[in-house]
Amino acid sequence: MLYREAGQFRATYAEDQQIFPLRQDRIGVAALLVFAFVVIPLVGDQYWLSAILTPFLIFALAALGLNILTGYAGQLSLGTAAFMAVGAFATYNFVLRVPGIPILVAFVLAGICAALVGIAFGLPSLRIKGFYLAVATLAAQFFVLWAIQRIGWITNYSASGVITAQNYSILGIPIDTPVSKYVLTLSIVTVLALLAKNLARSETGRAFMAVRDMDVAASVIGIPLMRTKLLAFAISSFYCGVAGALYAYTYLGTVEPEAFNLDLSFRILFMIIIGGVGSVLGSFLGAAFIVLLPIVLNYVVPPVSEATGIEISHAIISNLELMIFGGLIIFFLIVEPHGLARLWQIGKEKLRLWPFPH
Amino acid sequence: MRADATAQQGAGGGTAPATGAARAVGAPILVVEGVSLAFGGVKALQGVSFDVREHEIRAIIGPNGAGKSSMLNVINGVYHPQEGTITFKGRSRHDMVVHEAAAQGIGRTFQNIALFRGMTVLDNIMTGRNLKIRSTFLEQALWIGRAKREELEHRRKVEEIIDFLEIQHIRKTPVGRLPYGLQKRVELARALAMEPELLLLDEPMAGMNLEEKQDMCRFVLDVNEQFGTTIVLIEHDMGVVMDISDRVVVLDYGRKIADGTPDEVRANQAVIDAYLGVAH
Repeated sequence: MLYREAGQFRATYAEDQQIFPLRQDRIGVAALLVFAFVVIPLVGDQYWLSAILTPFLIFALAALGLNILTGYAGQLSLGTAAFMAVGAFATYNFVLRVPGIPILVAFVLAGICAALVGIAFGLPSLRIKGFYLAVATLAAQFFVLWAIQRIGWITNYSASGVITAQNYSILGIPIDTPVSKYVLTLSIVTVLALLAKNLARSETGRAFMAVRDMDVAASVIGIPLMRTKLLAFAISSFYCGVAGALYAYTYLGTVEPEAFNLDLSFRILFMIIIGGVGSVLGSFLGAAFIVLLPIVLNYVVPPVSEATGIEISHAIISNLELMIFGGLIIFFLIVEPHGLARLWQIGKEKLRLWPFPH
Repeated sequence: MRADATAQQGAGGGTAPATGAARAVGAPILVVEGVSLAFGGVKALQGVSFDVREHEIRAIIGPNGAGKSSMLNVINGVYHPQEGTITFKGRSRHDMVVHEAAAQGIGRTFQNIALFRGMTVLDNIMTGRNLKIRSTFLEQALWIGRAKREELEHRRKVEEIIDFLEIQHIRKTPVGRLPYGLQKRVELARALAMEPELLLLDEPMAGMNLEEKQDMCRFVLDVNEQFGTTIVLIEHDMGVVMDISDRVVVLDYGRKIADGTPDEVRANQAVIDAYLGVAH
């Protein structure tokens, strides 16, 4: 009833191919953006902004990057964190070695560095698929971290490999408060998410999905497999690289190479499995889920333990988190391989009729 | 049946170089000479030669395992033969490269449906236009200028094909949800979106009921008639083959055993033996 397209006629192909064809979606997205850009910075406290919302956005961006590669183009990768590391350490070096470089330019250049590394480690995808490709990308994960730790130049010869993000400003406004860091992250993530949505609905996105669904048929209608796969690796790594740069510059401030370990790659993979493979929205839902779950558990479990009289220690809560993750991943793989995004879509289809039965 | 199709030929929007008037079979567009293909010890094709003339409907028939699908795979470069030459539009080569075949105007459908199952009908057909899109991924990401214009232009072309094959009602449906007969039609649509000059159809009517077969026959004839597309088709239904094809090649155990008009082939003793068996 509330959510349906009745009365919205699309008379031209241009109208039919809009990024959000439904009026309700357009209003919803606009409202969400206003809320995120205006309301949250006004009311959000420091803890929420810098410990929850900023990392959520960064993880969403990294998940989006992985989703482009794995969800859209069908190439499984376990090297996400490595590409993020390239982005973070490349930004550090650009700011360090190019005096006066605008930070946004440094982010873009860092993304391009990550894209180049992504292409290099994407080369095996031309010959191997699926499981074997995942193992090949694992090489990226270990090699990149090893290189960062061993090549002193990359970390500016810091003893433990730890780098500290330099201070930076945009248009003379120093980005040093939780609010400004949140707004910067949000702006970058919003722009990149819209670009990803555009890519998904145009020729590049269709070529990615064609390669994913049936590569022989894709090549028979003229889609060059090599170029398409490498482009997927490049774009995906660009997104991961920018996410890594933000991870260092708007979230942690001080990072060591170990922050980008295999654990992080797996976390991001879980995000897209739970959120929805092959969906821009799913990347955000998955990231929100994984960032928020521990917090929700911390709020929910103590009252429950008090009420029931069962003593639950913090160690058990963090184990509980792992158990719930594991259980949910198995649940989603079996029951809903398209994740939360698919549940959202089903919900929307139901809402078309609600509250009437027909 | 041929006469029916000619009568039906109306004011349909042609996407390919439409002949308009009655189609005229022209010079050979594809010549296959002495093609041999082996997988290890299995000889799939042995010295097969035939030609396909412009605007004709050419059938390849033969018992199971005769090498029919292998022949199509050789023509559009999925398989690379050990011997022989393939001449397409006057250019001879030892083997085709898949991408080049597509760029040169060879379209293809598969015996087992090879649609992109995660995508809608519309997106599936739009992928058929990929070779004609010039904008780069950056323009597409920004959705500006050429990228936006091209998307609309190609959407218009694709809608013409959707109209032509009468699948308007399912354009936004994911192909995985469609029944078999419609999936076959969508696959034909995707191949047509390439505006091919030569269309290879691998058993387009396999597994269909009578009504669906009649529809598909009509579409194949209409494509040939209105767009002037040359068609090479593999089919097991002899009724269909004899009705719609101009000339027939018969393969058996990787060798060509007959070649000619449907009537000639039907009367050929070697063909009868291949299909019915022969007493030793």
